[in-house]
Amino acid sequence: MAKETDILESVTSSEYKYGFSTDLEMETAPKGLNEDIIKLISHKKGEPEFMLEWRLKAYKKWLDMTEPKWPNVTYPRIDFNDIIYYAAPKQKKKLGSLDELDPAIKNTYDRLGIPLEEQLILAGVAVDAVLDSVSVATTYKTKLAELGIIFCSMSEAVKDHTELVKKYLGSVVPQTDNFYAALNSAVFTDGSFVYIPKGVRCPMELSTYFRINAENTGQFERTLVIADEGSYVSYLEGCTAPMRDENQLHAAVVELIAMKDAEIKYSTVQNWYPGDHEGKGGIYNFVTKRGICSGDNSKISWTQVETGSSITWKYPSVILKGDYSVGEFYSVALTNNRQQADTGTKMIHLGKNTKSRIVSKGISAGKSNNSYRGLVQVNKRAENARNFSQCDSLLMGDKCGAHTFPYFEINNKSAHVEHEATTSKIGEDIMFYCNQRGISEEDAVALIVNGYAKEVLNQLPMEFAVEAQKLLAISLEGSVG
Amino acid sequence: MITLKDLRATVETEEGKKEILKGINLQINAGEVHAIMGPNGSGKSTLASVLTGREGYEVTGGSVEFEGNDLLELEPEERAQHGIFLAFQYPVEIPGVSNTNFLKTAINEIRKSKGMEPMSSVEFLKMMKEKAKLVGLDPSMTSRYVNVGFSGGEKKRNEIFQLAMLNPKFSILDETDSGLDIDALKAVAEGVIKLKTNDNAFLVITHYQRLLNFIVPDFVHVMFDGRIVKSGGKELALHLEENGYDWITDMKETAEA
Ligand SMILES: Nc1ncnc2c1ncn2[C@@H]1O[C@H](COP(=O)(O)OP(=O)(O)OP(=O)(O)O)[C@@H](O)[C@H]1O
Ligand SMILES: [Mg+2]
Repeated sequence: MAKETDILESVTSSEYKYGFSTDLEMETAPKGLNEDIIKLISHKKGEPEFMLEWRLKAYKKWLDMTEPKWPNVTYPRIDFNDIIYYAAPKQKKKLGSLDELDPAIKNTYDRLGIPLEEQLILAGVAVDAVLDSVSVATTYKTKLAELGIIFCSMSEAVKDHTELVKKYLGSVVPQTDNFYAALNSAVFTDGSFVYIPKGVRCPMELSTYFRINAENTGQFERTLVIADEGSYVSYLEGCTAPMRDENQLHAAVVELIAMKDAEIKYSTVQNWYPGDHEGKGGIYNFVTKRGICSGDNSKISWTQVETGSSITWKYPSVILKGDYSVGEFYSVALTNNRQQADTGTKMIHLGKNTKSRIVSKGISAGKSNNSYRGLVQVNKRAENARNFSQCDSLLMGDKCGAHTFPYFEINNKSAHVEHEATTSKIGEDIMFYCNQRGISEEDAVALIVNGYAKEVLNQLPMEFAVEAQKLLAISLEGSVG
Repeated sequence: MITLKDLRATVETEEGKKEILKGINLQINAGEVHAIMGPNGSGKSTLASVLTGREGYEVTGGSVEFEGNDLLELEPEERAQHGIFLAFQYPVEIPGVSNTNFLKTAINEIRKSKGMEPMSSVEFLKMMKEKAKLVGLDPSMTSRYVNVGFSGGEKKRNEIFQLAMLNPKFSILDETDSGLDIDALKAVAEGVIKLKTNDNAFLVITHYQRLLNFIVPDFVHVMFDGRIVKSGGKELALHLEENGYDWITDMKETAEA
């Protein structure tokens, strides 16, 4: 039938838009992991001694740890000695301004649609860009500095804001938290650092674009966001990678600290290369993200739109330590073809009158597998804790899978916990109904998915919400038929 | 408007292909209302599916010409954009998509196919109000998800509301009357009558005379085992209501003997 061939055609032709790679002169470490490699990374980055010690400590612990087996995903064993742990574009000298950036790097980011030019002040977005292992540019640094805001690469922070880094790095996600967090602690190469001083409302979106470019490299970035008392910041990260046949590992750690009356909004649009439709290649996205509402009345809100990666394993969590603190998790996780996602959140209620809200929207298409895994924990002394969880699954066609694993550990009788879950399926009948009203397959998918994901997309800053909508539609092209 | 010549179609079943439509001939002109009646399983809904291009049905012979186009060459959404509308016997529910958003998308897709600009929100809302009134639909239903949680009768009424909004040239109503209470039937039928012009046409599939009391057909056809075995005026429907389909079976058996 003409119809079916068309659909097939559109599946095969809807290529991953960000799949190009850039030829850059790179400086890379030899494959494999040992103390010498870690010393090399630390040396290359000109780090102070404490950082190297911290890394080596993590490495020793990591050697004794094992990979987690509980996620609902399957993949061949990873050879951690077959990975390059450091790759950096060769820069002739330290950059004085953006104009001095290697044009090839700038071109990479232009093709990704990432604004590096100062004219982007107009868009109100400050960008830190991480290519493979190192941060290549941070825009608006000066403007933010006037307000006392620090927004720089992690490498710079280690050198220029050592005390803050010493105090907070590993304070929310300890080195031994899990296998990948330990690995990241040993070998992380860059990432972003944000500090918002007391009482300051950050006037623009801060954002980081992560890009894996080099072959055989792992990307291990480390992000630390500190919101001091009464401050506010909205932070957004975007991720892409070239199409490659082999799998690449991405193991990041993100730590957020919200002090008294502070608010952090952290949004992610994750579009790492997902592999082809047979499941070949793609990024293993094994990420630990956690925030702590350390002071009273603080708030942390995670929003994630996850469309890429061949495997996603991440649970952005909030520790609600301060009284009256609020934790939120809004997620759209889309899997297509052979992608696998096991994602969700943990809300740990410690303080009194703490509130958490979980809105998870899973979308599975093709032969993919999509799991929500979430923990709501109310500790003994957390009087009057409130949680609301909504976990929805949308199935496109009948070859995909959706699973929910909600866990509740309630140790205080005053807790109020609500959980709702729904599953809907978009099959041939709904598609035909839309077609019969003049709506094409593609537009119908966009209509349905955007309606379904609206509550989450609404949490994103406006311009990114529009991008995310398009991304969802593109990722599902030809998935129903 | 639409001409069917010796239309044959099979459906894919577990036991292989099964012929359901066995040579349908039908001509419907602008300004006409045709009714199709016939026993359960005779192929009425299949005919609607084939005309609207539903997957799973294969046309094995014959032709359909719609306003000078070879209808069978067009994709389902293109047929809709050309002005073919089906009020479904079993309307589906679309979670997460409001009626408003659904219809806005449909209208703008149809307009786009004609090289027209999208309709302004003001104009759209005005039209929604008007048409809801015309078919007696509670305006609050327009903000609800398409058919989700609607009663059987509400779903049918919503189909006619969509018909009013999209203003198609050729509409097929597949048992729109079933599941409607007497007042709703009257409201829906009156709506359809108001929508009828000299430029559009209707094919009404029904088992009962009562709908045809309101929407008076110019022609009535009896479908039996994938063929139109008898055609006549509106009085044929009355005859069927009184005598059932036995006389057709008898007639066929006599003819075959
Ligand atoms: N998708 C399908 N798979 C298998 N059989 C089908 C399919 N579609 C239709 N049929 C068969 O084709 C025949 C005609 O069905 P159809 O739905 O067209 O009848 P109908 O005249 O509309 O009946 P009713 O008055 O009950 O609505 C039936 O025997 C039905 O079982
Ligand atoms: Mg039928």
